[in-house]
Amino acid sequence: MSLIDTTTPILSARGVHHAFGQTEALRGIDVDVHAGEVLAVMGPSGSGKSTLLHCLAGILAPVRGTVAYAPPGLNPVNISGLGETERSRLRLTDFGFVFQFGQLLPELTALDNVSLPLLLGGTKRAEARQRSEELLERLGLNGFAAKLPGELSGGQAQRAAIARALVTSPAVLFADEPTGSLDSLAAENVLTLMLDLVREAGTTVVMITHDARTAAYADREVIVRDGIISAGYRVPA
Amino acid sequence: MNNTLALLGLLGREPSYGYDLKHSYDRYFGVQKPLAFGQVYSTLARMFRDDLIMALGEESGGGPDRKKYEITLTGRDKVRQWLFTPDVPSETLQSELFAKTVIALLLDDDADGLLDAQRAEHMARMRELTRLKRDADLLQVLMCDHGLFHIEADLRWIELTSARLTQLKKELQSA
Repeated sequence: MSLIDTTTPILSARGVHHAFGQTEALRGIDVDVHAGEVLAVMGPSGSGKSTLLHCLAGILAPVRGTVAYAPPGLNPVNISGLGETERSRLRLTDFGFVFQFGQLLPELTALDNVSLPLLLGGTKRAEARQRSEELLERLGLNGFAAKLPGELSGGQAQRAAIARALVTSPAVLFADEPTGSLDSLAAENVLTLMLDLVREAGTTVVMITHDARTAAYADREVIVRDGIISAGYRVPA
Repeated sequence: MNNTLALLGLLGREPSYGYDLKHSYDRYFGVQKPLAFGQVYSTLARMFRDDLIMALGEESGGGPDRKKYEITLTGRDKVRQWLFTPDVPSETLQSELFAKTVIALLLDDDADGLLDAQRAEHMARMRELTRLKRDADLLQVLMCDHGLFHIEADLRWIELTSARLTQLKKELQSA
């Protein structure tokens, strides 16, 4: 049964522009992300995929346009109108992030890495530890909780990073090439585990990938080209 | 895929009746398109004529479904020859799309649009194959992966061609 709510978008970008100096990265993006869906964002290198993800997630404030975030049952928030501190708080409480490389703190064990967002959010240590252990186990990392990131394989480290991103039960998970550094088989295992967890929890996912096989795990995809969403997908009338 | 040689290869494992051979074939290769019994029996008759298989005796009634067949030495040679002769990489699937793209450019029509439509079709098929893999056994997973990697190759061509359309259009229209 599909848990995707296509009636109200959880994230809605309208006319989003962003620039780095003189370089326009986004040139008027309109996109809706539905609650509970896994959306793949594809496109060539330098097309603006990551900038779009950063604007949707409140990491960047677009120079023009709006990004509305409407968590189910709560009032919508205009992310693009929030200050840095408020956006930072929102990222901690409502969003999770997985990147391609280097996201675990090297001096902390896998368990401590996963517990960190909970502790930062004020969860008691014993509870944070228990929830982190449960999640590590779901991701097939029982026995690796005490390992440092340097002692984990690429696939194991990425699974620990996914556990860290999901431990706060975020409404939206933002993933930027989450399996980009892994070989085909490890990538498939990591992706399957991640998507099983998010679909079970009804978490919305925005996932950047240049890899069509990864995008095929999503419910739908949009393509960013030269800073706009490609019109595509419609046979001309 | 060469159905005849695949059937002959399956017979190489052990002697078999046409009925069992058909089900064996369907299990490994016929998930999307099972073989018709008629096709199996006509193929067996051809292989018998060509000494690739022999009959192991006949039960009363004598119809083709009552015969058990065994592969001959000639048949085994034929299978090995097939197995170890590399295939010529096929370009036929892409050529249709290639032709459409060129014609669209020559007609000054929406080549980008047709590539986008094809990309959407390819992605839809990839999602379908990815879903099929979920509860499949390893053999079916391998089959789906084979399809996925081929579709992905087409998609890469589509992506590269999309990026080159402006240049391609200039070249074609000045030729």
